[in-house]
Amino acid sequence: MQFIQDLLNYEFLQKAFVTSIVVGIICGIVGSFIILRGMALMGDAISHAILPGVAISYMLGINYFYGAVAIGILAAFGIGFIDQHSRIKTDSSIGIVFSAAFALGIVLITAAQSATDLTQILFGNVLSVRSTDMWMTIIVGIIVIAAVLLFFKELLVSSFDVTMAQAYGLKTRIIHYGIMILLTLVTVASLQTVGVILVVAMLITPASTAYLLTNRLSIMVILAAFFGALASVIGLYISFLHNMPSGPIIALAATGIFILAFLFAPKQGLIWRMLKTMRSRTAKS
Amino acid sequence: MANKISVKNISVSYVDKEVVKNISFTFDGGSLIGILGPNGAGKSTLVKAMLGLVPTQSGEIEIDGQPIHKQRKKIAYVPQRSNIDWDFPIIVKETVLLGTYPKLGLFHRPKKTDKEWAMACLEKVGMQDYAKSQIGELSGGQQQRVFLARALAQNADFLFLDEPFVGIDVASEEIIINILKGLKNEGKTIFVVHHDLAKVKDYFNEIIIINKELYGAGSVTAVFKEEIMKKAYQTKFQMAGGLEVGV
Repeated sequence: MQFIQDLLNYEFLQKAFVTSIVVGIICGIVGSFIILRGMALMGDAISHAILPGVAISYMLGINYFYGAVAIGILAAFGIGFIDQHSRIKTDSSIGIVFSAAFALGIVLITAAQSATDLTQILFGNVLSVRSTDMWMTIIVGIIVIAAVLLFFKELLVSSFDVTMAQAYGLKTRIIHYGIMILLTLVTVASLQTVGVILVVAMLITPASTAYLLTNRLSIMVILAAFFGALASVIGLYISFLHNMPSGPIIALAATGIFILAFLFAPKQGLIWRMLKTMRSRTAKS
Repeated sequence: MANKISVKNISVSYVDKEVVKNISFTFDGGSLIGILGPNGAGKSTLVKAMLGLVPTQSGEIEIDGQPIHKQRKKIAYVPQRSNIDWDFPIIVKETVLLGTYPKLGLFHRPKKTDKEWAMACLEKVGMQDYAKSQIGELSGGQQQRVFLARALAQNADFLFLDEPFVGIDVASEEIIINILKGLKNEGKTIFVVHHDLAKVKDYFNEIIIINKELYGAGSVTAVFKEEIMKKAYQTKFQMAGGLEVGV
C-alpha cells in the first residue's frame, strides 16, 4: 500500500507507471501478430538493431526516438532485401543484420563515452522516464491501437492464410512492412522500461500466454495487452521497492504469468491435459 | 460466353528450372475441371500461376476477356490442407466469414447480413453445428468443408481447389463433390488439382493432364485415354480394369 501512496506523491513514479502500462499494452498487441506470423526472431532482431540509432541520436543531441525508428526500419528493409536477393534463408539474414547493427551500436556508444547510458539502454530504467518519453510512448500507443483497429480484418486474413489474401488482391508485402514499422515503434517505446535486450520478452511472452487461453484472435490481442500491462506493473512495483533494473523484473513477471497459463490453462494447460490422459487411461484399463 | 478462362503459353520457372512449360487451354463456364498429373508435375504451380501468385516467365491468363489481376474478386481459392496453420486462434464461423472480406474492401467490417451469409454457406456444407469450434478441433474432411464454405461465401465465378480430397473421409468427399457439381450446373468454372485417377470419370467433365508440359486438355471422353496418360506418367501408368496408377 506504501506503493500506492508513493505513486500519488511522486511525479516520476506516475510517469513510470503510465509509460510501463502503455508499453505492456502495445507490446502485447503487436506481439500477438508477431508470434502468429512466426516472426519472433524478427522482433528480437529489430530490438537489437536500433542500438546504433540510439547512439547516433545521442551524438547528434536529438531525441533517441528518431534515430532508433530510422535504423529499425532500415534494418527491416535490409533483412527483406538480403532474403529476396540471395539464397540465404530468412533466419540467417536476420542474424546477419541484427548482430552487425548491435555490434555497431555498442562501438558507437562506447566511442561516445556514455557507459551508464549503455546499461540503461540495454536493461531499461523505467524510473528515469521523462515527460517527453511518456508522451512519445502514448503517441506510439495511439498509433498502434488505431492501426490494429482499422486494419484488423487485413491483419487477420494475411496472418492466417496469406495465399487467400494474395489471391483476392491484398498487398501482403505492404502489410508485412507495416507490421515491421509498428514493431520498430513499439520496440523504441519499450527502450526505457525493459531495455533493448529484453523487449522480445514483452513481445512474445504475454502474447504466448494469451495464445494458450483463447481460440479467437480478437480476444487473444486483448488478453495479451492485459498480461503485458500486468507484467509491467508488477515489474515496476518490485523494481521500485527493491531498487532493481526494471527490464529483467518485468520480463520475469511476464514469464511467471506464462508459467501459470502453461500449467493451468483450461484446454491447453499441461495439468489439465495430464489429467485427461490419466482419465482416459484408467477408463481403458 | 460467361465465366470463360483462357490460358495462353504460360511458363513458370523456379531458379532456372522450368516447372511449368508453355501451357495453353480454354474453358467455358459450367466446367468442372480436374488437373491431373504425376507428383512433381507442377499442378499446384499451374494453379498458383493462374491466380497470379507466382511470377510467370511468359504467357497470359484472361478471365472473361480481361487480365487476371483485374478480375480477382471473381476468384476463390481453397488451399491444400497442409498449407494452413491449424493452431491459429480462429473458429469455424470466423473462417467462413473471411470469404466476405474481398467484397468488403478496406475499413469495412462484416455486418449482420455478411455474418448470416457466412452461416448460410456453412449450412450448405453441413458444418453449422461446429460454428464455434476452433478449426484444429475438426477432422480433415470437416476442415476441407469449412474451407469450401469460405469459398462459397466469396460468391466467386471461378474456384480453384488444391487437392481437396486428400486424407478426408468418404462422407465429406461426397458432400464436396456434390457441391462442386452444383456450382458447375450454375455455370461456374471450377478447377480441382487431383491425383486419384480412379474417380476421374465420375467427378469431372473436363480434364487437364500435365507433366511440366501439357499432355491434353478437354472433355474427359476425349482426353482421358490410355495413350495420353501413359505418355504423361511415363510408363508408370497402366489402365488395367479400373483406372489406377501403377507403382
